This record gives sequence, structure tokens and C-alpha cells, in this order.
Amino acid sequence: MFLRMVRGTLFRQWKKMLMIAFTIALGASLCTAMLSVVLDVKDKVNQELKAYGANITVVPKQASILNDLYEVEGQSAGTVYLKEDELGNIKTIFWAFNIVDFAPFVNTEAILDDGSSVAVTGSWFHHHLSLPTGEELDAGMNSLRSWWDITAGEWIDEASMEETAVMIGDALAERTGLSAGDTIHLKGTEKEGNYWIAGVFNAGGDEDQQIFMQLNEAQALSGLDGCVNSIEVSALTTPDNELAVKAARDPSSLTIAQYETWYCTAYVSSICYQIQEVITDSVASAVRQVADSEGAILDKTQLLMILITILALVGSALGICNLVTASVMERSRELGLVKALGAYNRSVMSPVLTEILITAVVGGVAGFFAGIGFAQIIGHSVFNSSIAIRPMLIPIVTILVLLVTFAGCIPAFRTILKLEPTVVLHGG
Amino acid sequence: MSLLELKHVYKIYGDLHALDDVNLKVEKGEWVSIMGPSGSGKSTMMNIIGCMDKPSKGEVLLDGVDIAKESSKNLTLIRRDKIGLIFQQFHLVNYLSALENVMLAQYYHSVPDKEEAMQALERVGLADRARHLPSQLSGGEQQRVCVARALINYPEIILADEPTGNLDDKNEEIVVDLFHKLHAEGTTLIVVTHDPEVAEVAQRTVVLRHGKLEREVINENFTGTFQH
Repeated sequence: MFLRMVRGTLFRQWKKMLMIAFTIALGASLCTAMLSVVLDVKDKVNQELKAYGANITVVPKQASILNDLYEVEGQSAGTVYLKEDELGNIKTIFWAFNIVDFAPFVNTEAILDDGSSVAVTGSWFHHHLSLPTGEELDAGMNSLRSWWDITAGEWIDEASMEETAVMIGDALAERTGLSAGDTIHLKGTEKEGNYWIAGVFNAGGDEDQQIFMQLNEAQALSGLDGCVNSIEVSALTTPDNELAVKAARDPSSLTIAQYETWYCTAYVSSICYQIQEVITDSVASAVRQVADSEGAILDKTQLLMILITILALVGSALGICNLVTASVMERSRELGLVKALGAYNRSVMSPVLTEILITAVVGGVAGFFAGIGFAQIIGHSVFNSSIAIRPMLIPIVTILVLLVTFAGCIPAFRTILKLEPTVVLHGG
Repeated sequence: MSLLELKHVYKIYGDLHALDDVNLKVEKGEWVSIMGPSGSGKSTMMNIIGCMDKPSKGEVLLDGVDIAKESSKNLTLIRRDKIGLIFQQFHLVNYLSALENVMLAQYYHSVPDKEEAMQALERVGLADRARHLPSQLSGGEQQRVCVARALINYPEIILADEPTGNLDDKNEEIVVDLFHKLHAEGTTLIVVTHDPEVAEVAQRTVVLRHGKLEREVINENFTGTFQH
């Protein structure tokens, strides 16, 4: 009898039920789309922000102290180095998968043929790395300096070019009259030789006066085999909160529970801490401008998405409220009759609730899949990539749809509770 | 002890006394008509007897229980167990068949029993129309389904509100004959009507005016049969 009544109403009021399902579907689709983007936007925005370069720099501990004392950012003291053979350890930390790219740097000087001195930096260019974990990856400057404008020639490719390939800044190229394809003679403290200019770049800063070459060659020029002055790391991070700020100041001040939470969250300070654990005598620190921008943009983007989700859900609840109340009013005689026949309020409400829940399930499922589609449209139009649909979205959207449906039904249920059979059956 | 007894019952809405010191006794198996013009308090009285409303003052004893003091939940329970309601406008659920409409009362009372519901329809002469929807039945047939629904849970009292108000003469006669049959079987009937012809068929007629019980008329020649 119960199912007969539910089925009767669903078929009899199919237009109204369709409208309710549509309203729920609309709310569920927006909710699914926005939450999908919110859950994935962190990675997407981080990927976008990776174009602005590394967000973590690693220098020797002693050099870091000198930097702090003399406020010389990004420079390293001449006599202390990091070990090149430890570089692969960076990809073995807890948050290894969040390390998008990294590159070591050796800073030295060389003498040109005209007797002038030039800054030379050795680094990786599409450097293929085989890690002890069995993982293979390509790392280097090409993506860490993606904003460089290559004005002539091309990026160095370690796989296909000689070790003597170098890139020079356009200011130096102008001063020396050299361009891509030319040869430049450099004399270092330990070695001298001719180098082929693979490309000329414009970085818009001091680097335009420098020469960039492969790490091994720079080490050979200066006799710094196996040594690295600094490492730049590009990592996907979670925006800092109070815990992260506290931990960044002093991880030992955290309780065990706080420490575990912090260590197992991809805060920039947590990743820095873990890098320090695997690189001997190093200090890893966040490049604050990049890290802070990431945090601010992420927070604002997520807030916007969450606000849209809330508004969509409130809109749905109001729509459901109107439609369900109208449905109940339309059926007031029938509901009054069953009350007169001896039905308790809960017995009167249960078929109504069942009808709405069936409608909500239909609308919710349709809305969920539509929302996945919307999310992909947003992903491709805004981030040029797909939005990952996380399984946790299913319970979240289910709970939200149910909450919104119940909230939308509250006025209708109040109407049922107040419904007097005497009024609806024979007008009082 | 009377099956139903109203003692000094008042129903007051602001300054309006819908019922004003009404006293009434209905014995088990009795057929009573409540008559009166519009606004006389008939419907208010029916609502109170039918446990759908409470008096402002006074006692309403149904089978010895003062329903004026019961909670809404208990009133629902009492209404379900002891009262069978018949309405002027039938109030059948239009997407349920005649049989299902009868079973609806069983569903909210205990457990739907198809055979028993079918027997109730047989009692009102509608066994062959059991599968029809209300829209496929005449007014008289709909009212007979309503009577079957009122009977299905074996109530102490059948309470009918203008049961013939929407019927033509022929169907009016059929329904009144049905009441006569029920009365003969020992069912207690309270029929609210403004139709003197219907009222006079009962054993006793109570006349209400301005919320007061104006007079009671005993039908000395009670036969329960109806003649226009």
C-alpha cells in the first residue's frame, strides 16, 4: 500500500517531481563541479604557478648563516658546498611526489679572451635522473626558468648536445658580439676550453650577463667536482596555516600529534624540513613571494568556489522548498484524509519523504554526472587539463544533496504537521 | 454506560460559541441524526465526536474515556480504533482503486487484508466495481466505497457528515438503506445532515441552533426505511 501510494503520487505529479528532480540536479551538478575544482584546484594552480619558478631553495647550512647575517639572498658562501651525489635523495622524501622539478647550481667565474671576467653557472638541462627508488625523471633549468626568452638558438639538451654546449645572456652576447652557434673560449681556475653557444636568452635580470653550462663542465672549470652551491626546488605545496607558521619557526615546539599532522601535510615548511633531513648540512627555505602567492591565490580561488557551491545549494533548497510545499498543498485533502483515517504525522510524512528521496536520488545522480561534465569544461577552459574526480566527492555530494533536500522539505513537513483534517475535509 | 456522552460541552472561538453547553447521550447500537441549519455547530460537534477537535470546556466520554483530555496522539489512536468516518464529498484517493481505498483505512489501522476489504465492498454491493478508480464510479458508488472504508476496521461509531448531500434521490435511498442494514447489524450511527427526510429516518433526531441543543425528536415509527 505504501509503495502503491508513493508510485501513485510519483506518476500523478510527474511534472512537479520532474521539476524537483531538475532543481536537485542543478544544485548537485554545480556542487559536484565546484567541489571537483576545489579539490583539484590546488594542484592545478600549483602547476600554473610552477611557471614562476622554484619555491624552495637549498643552500649549505654555513652559507645560510652568512646569508642571514649579510642579508644576501640566493648567494652562497664560497667554501661550503652541498654534495651532488645526494641530489637524488630529494625525490625520496615523504612528499617526493610533490617535488615537481629541481636543479643544482654551481657558481663560478671564467676569463674571456679579452681578459674580462664572466660569471658562469653550472646546472642541469633536461637532466635524466635514475633514482635509487627505481624512479626515472628529467629535471633541470628548462622548466625552472620557463619564463626565459630564448632570443637565439635553443635550450641546452643534455641528451642530444655535447657537454660543451652553453647558453649566454643577451647582455653578454651583445657585449661580446657572439650569438647562437658561435664558440666562446673560457678559462677557469682548473680548466680552459672552447664552448659552443647553443642559445642566447633574456631573463630580464643579472643572469643576462652570465653563462650557463652543464653542471659537470662548470665543476671541471672551477675544480668543484661533486660539489653544488645551491639547489632550487619546485614543489606542490599546501597553503600555510597557523600550524605551518609555528612549525616553520621551530618544529621542536610542536606536540607529537601536531608534528605528525604537519609532517604529513605538504606545507612548504614541512617539505623544506624533509629536504634538510636528506641533504647533509643543508638549509632549505621557502621563496616567500612564490609560496605566499600560491597560498593567497589558492585561498581565494577555493573560497570563491565554496561560495558558489553554497549559493547553488541554497538556491536548490529554496526551489525544493517551493515545489515540495506546492505538492503538499495540492495533496492536502489526501493527506488530511489519511490523518482522519488515523495516520500519525510520521506515517503521513513518510510517503512524502520517500517520494522526495526517490526524486532526489534521480536528480542527484543525474546532477552528479552533469557536474563531472561541467568540471571537465571548467578544467579545460581554465586550466587546459582535466579535473580529477575524487571518490570522496561521492559521499560529500550525497550528504549535501540529502541535507539540501531535507532542508527544502522542512516547510512542507511543517505544513503537514499543522494540517487539520477538519479544515481540509469539510472546511471547519 | 452510554457509548458516547457529551457533558456541558462548549467550543468557543473568540466571542463565537460554536457549541454552547451541549449535553448528549448516544447508546450503543443507536442511530442518531444531528440536524440544524448552517452555522448551527453540526460540523463542530462532528469534529469533536470524531476526535478531530477538542472542546473548549466540558467532557466528551467515548466508551468511558474523556477524549477532551487526551493528547493529539491518543486522539489519533482513538479515532483509528473507534470511529468510522463518512464524508459528504467522499474523499477517496483518486489514484487508488475502490478496493485500495478501503485497504487504505486498514493500512493505517493495522495490516491491509485484501479479502476482508473485498467483503466490505460486497456488503455495500460493490464487489464488481472493486478494481475501478473513483473517477470511474458514480457519486452513489463512491459514497458506498466511503461507507465500506468506514466499516472496515469495525468501529464503535459510524460518523457520517452529510452523507447524502452530493447524491441524487436514487443514490440517497441506496445509502440510507445501507445505514439501515448497518443499524440492523448493531452498528452505532451518528448522521449529521440538514436534510429533514434523511434525519427523520433515524431513531432520534437532535436539532442544533446557534450552538445549543434546541430539541430532541424521537422517531416513534422508526423503521429505518427511507421514502421520498
